Amino acid sequence: MTKPVRGYQAPGEGRTFGISLATSITLFVGWDLITRFGVLPPLILPSPTAVWQAFMAGVRGELQGGVTIFEHFAWSVTRVFGAFFAACLTAVPIGILMGVSRIARGVFDPPIEFYRPLPPLAYLPLVIIWFGIDEASKVILIYLACFAPLAVAARAGVRSVTVEQINAARSLGASQFQVVWHVILPSAMPEILTGMRIAIGFGWTTLVAAEMVAATAGLGQMVLNASNFLRTDVVIMGIVVIGIIALVFDALMRKAEAVIVPWKGKM
Amino acid sequence: MSHLICQGVSVSYETPQGGSLLALSSVDLEMASGDFVVALGASGCGKTTLLSCIAGFLSPSSGEILLDGKPVRGPGADRGVVFQKHALMPWLSVVENVEFGLKMRGMARSERQRIAFEKLEAVGLSGYENSPVYQLSGGMQQRVGIARSLASNPEVLLMDEPLGALDALTRESIQEIILRLWAREKKIVFFITHSVEEALFLATHLIVMSPSPGRIVKTYSLGFCKDFIASGDARAVKSKPEFITMREEILNLIHSTHAESMPV
Repeated sequence: MTKPVRGYQAPGEGRTFGISLATSITLFVGWDLITRFGVLPPLILPSPTAVWQAFMAGVRGELQGGVTIFEHFAWSVTRVFGAFFAACLTAVPIGILMGVSRIARGVFDPPIEFYRPLPPLAYLPLVIIWFGIDEASKVILIYLACFAPLAVAARAGVRSVTVEQINAARSLGASQFQVVWHVILPSAMPEILTGMRIAIGFGWTTLVAAEMVAATAGLGQMVLNASNFLRTDVVIMGIVVIGIIALVFDALMRKAEAVIVPWKGKM
Repeated sequence: MSHLICQGVSVSYETPQGGSLLALSSVDLEMASGDFVVALGASGCGKTTLLSCIAGFLSPSSGEILLDGKPVRGPGADRGVVFQKHALMPWLSVVENVEFGLKMRGMARSERQRIAFEKLEAVGLSGYENSPVYQLSGGMQQRVGIARSLASNPEVLLMDEPLGALDALTRESIQEIILRLWAREKKIVFFITHSVEEALFLATHLIVMSPSPGRIVKTYSLGFCKDFIASGDARAVKSKPEFITMREEILNLIHSTHAESMPV
């Protein structure tokens, strides 16, 4: 009988699903055992059951203020996506412009490179002074968090076009504008989508900071408010919900990537 | 009937040290419809520089290029280019790549699709119209590139080592496709290669170029391509005694001019 063999594999290659599942189950069971034997008081670490009950209470709208978890979710998602779409509409054209024009790059590089590494919490007070404590300042904070990675990605994406592709388009009669629209933009698309994935991640992490600003609803506000009342179960539930939504966003963006740029890395 | 004339075309590039490097020295060349001009030479002999000038990607430092009496100023659809790395758009399907130029110039969809299907048939890619280009083999991608440049019906077809990256068998089969297209379309073809055998097989006019500075050292008029069109037997043409004698002569010429220009 012949035994099939594997070809050469790079170190660390192979599937990790089984191992990751085992890690997750161990963590969960560990958490359950710690609470079951009372190693830590519920105020520090509530049991999984308590967190689940907090979630169900949230679903029924029995938590503080009677706002259901769906309402919190709707507020948060509206803020994040509103800011994200505004960022896409502005950052992508500016990033492309920076990629193709020396002047645009000179103009936009200093402000973007300066504020990009700043943590949003650092300029949150300024945003509040300028734009007040209403929706505007929350959306602007998330917008700024999304803008920089998108602009940087679009600018870098311009570099993935080859000189031959541009020359080919020009010798086929394309105008300068057509070259940007039909050649440079599509070839920057894989990087732009990666930028979108990073931006939506940044936006989501900035959400809690944005919702510290006198919000009455939103997942970040729910967590913050619960911590004031020492409802650790609600805090953990909120963190888990925020984490799961972020995972779902990321999976959707990956799917979108596979549909929009199936040629990525193949040519 | 079109005429392409290069008059004293010279190109010197700026070097990073601030000096200049003469890449092409005073090239004179005349081509007319039906001419298959092959530029042969070692790397650095200026053949791609010359092609870039004719395509309009590069303006010569001195001299002029005239197509039907009009000076070449920048790229245009009257001069189609086939690149060494196909330069296709991977986000477009095969047929969308071929219609690209027609679409840019505002031709109606049905008309440009008809032309694209026709050109794809001419390069033997019928049935692949809606395939993604990134799933094709290298030889098929290069044929899409040829169909794309033909779709605009240019006066001149500029081919920059289009078969350089392909395996030997694919290379020979595409040489035959190119010759049949040339015989049918009667365009000016300017073709770059560093393979002596490919040059002899394809050319009606062979220009041998030499480096530092890039220049034409010798010109031959050849008829092996017409023998192929008449007989359809590429192996027979390539194994003719005249073909082999010629191949050795040109190899010797290239080696001798190359040796004297290379520092030891």
